[in-house]
Amino acid sequence: MSDDNTQHAAYDSKVEGNVFFTKVDAAINWMRSNSLWPMPMGLACCGIELMASGASRFDIARFGAEVMRFSPRQADVMIVAGTVTYKMSLAVKRIWDQMPEPKWCIAMGACASSGGMYRSYATLQGIDNLIPVDVYVSGCPPRPEALLEGLMKLQKKVTEEESAKAHFEADSARTLETSKA
Amino acid sequence: MSVILNALKEQFGKAILDVVEFRGEDTVIATKESAHEILKHCRDDLGFDYLVDISSLDLLGEEPRFEMVYELYALGNGANHHLRIKFKVAEDEKVDSVTDLWKTAKWHEREVYDMMGIEFNGLADHRRILMWEGYPYHPLRKDFPLAGRPTELPDVAFTEKAPLAGGPFVTSPTSASTSHREPRSRDFD
Repeated sequence: MSDDNTQHAAYDSKVEGNVFFTKVDAAINWMRSNSLWPMPMGLACCGIELMASGASRFDIARFGAEVMRFSPRQADVMIVAGTVTYKMSLAVKRIWDQMPEPKWCIAMGACASSGGMYRSYATLQGIDNLIPVDVYVSGCPPRPEALLEGLMKLQKKVTEEESAKAHFEADSARTLETSKA
Repeated sequence: MSVILNALKEQFGKAILDVVEFRGEDTVIATKESAHEILKHCRDDLGFDYLVDISSLDLLGEEPRFEMVYELYALGNGANHHLRIKFKVAEDEKVDSVTDLWKTAKWHEREVYDMMGIEFNGLADHRRILMWEGYPYHPLRKDFPLAGRPTELPDVAFTEKAPLAGGPFVTSPTSASTSHREPRSRDFD
């Protein structure tokens, strides 16, 4: 920091410059939105674009989302990339259920969003029939830029959440339940 | 006529209903009862060591309704010969499994069972291979609509009819003009 000798009474000069004031919500959301670890659910050609998003040209690491977790227990956002057949939907739902809260979902591409061109007996007509979707990315498949745009939209959404309130409300609800029991 | 077809005709006589030779492709149309024996002969004595595929046809409206198709290939000694064996199956009949001849037949037969609903004598498990366990229909049958039928999906949700927006847009097999053949919306259900 500066070399002049001005000192503020309220600050310890040794930590001055390393302290800032904020709201809990803002701090939590800042941390969450910049470390969205994806659960890559690559089911079709969108999976290839998802891989490209992770590679050097598009570099999803610029948004803090490069840590693809192949264990749902370590993931924050499930990127459903591709056609979800009814048979696969059993597995997708199960993996989603294994992800810890808070969790988000990006439906990448036409198939994950709405079934796409697969209007048939075998294909789930949109993953939102099974799990709540935060961001839909259009395209067949979407280019990596589109996925990154979707990721930025999700980051914005996370930033606007009332994380602390939600946490304490959930906490007090749990306390209430235990006290009733 | 090709050597293979001649040999088969001599060996099996009336069990072979017809043989077709078309642009170097040999096809044998057999009876259902003798099919297993013919396939065994092809593998053991004629050198057809590779079962390429098993598939089935739904000839809805005809009797018998289904037709099985076996694609054989001879790899050994540079023979490079292809042979197709077909036979008709009625709706209530079971087909003899060829898993005792080619182990690869297991997945093919499971697929035929899953998609067309034809069952096999001697196939150890009739588990579905493409659709999920408990699915009540056989979707490649001609009387099954492309959009599907509503079903319960254990543990998750449901399947509903897919929205077809006026489809399915399918071509019609006819010798009429192109404007009759081209894909148009047709309601199947």
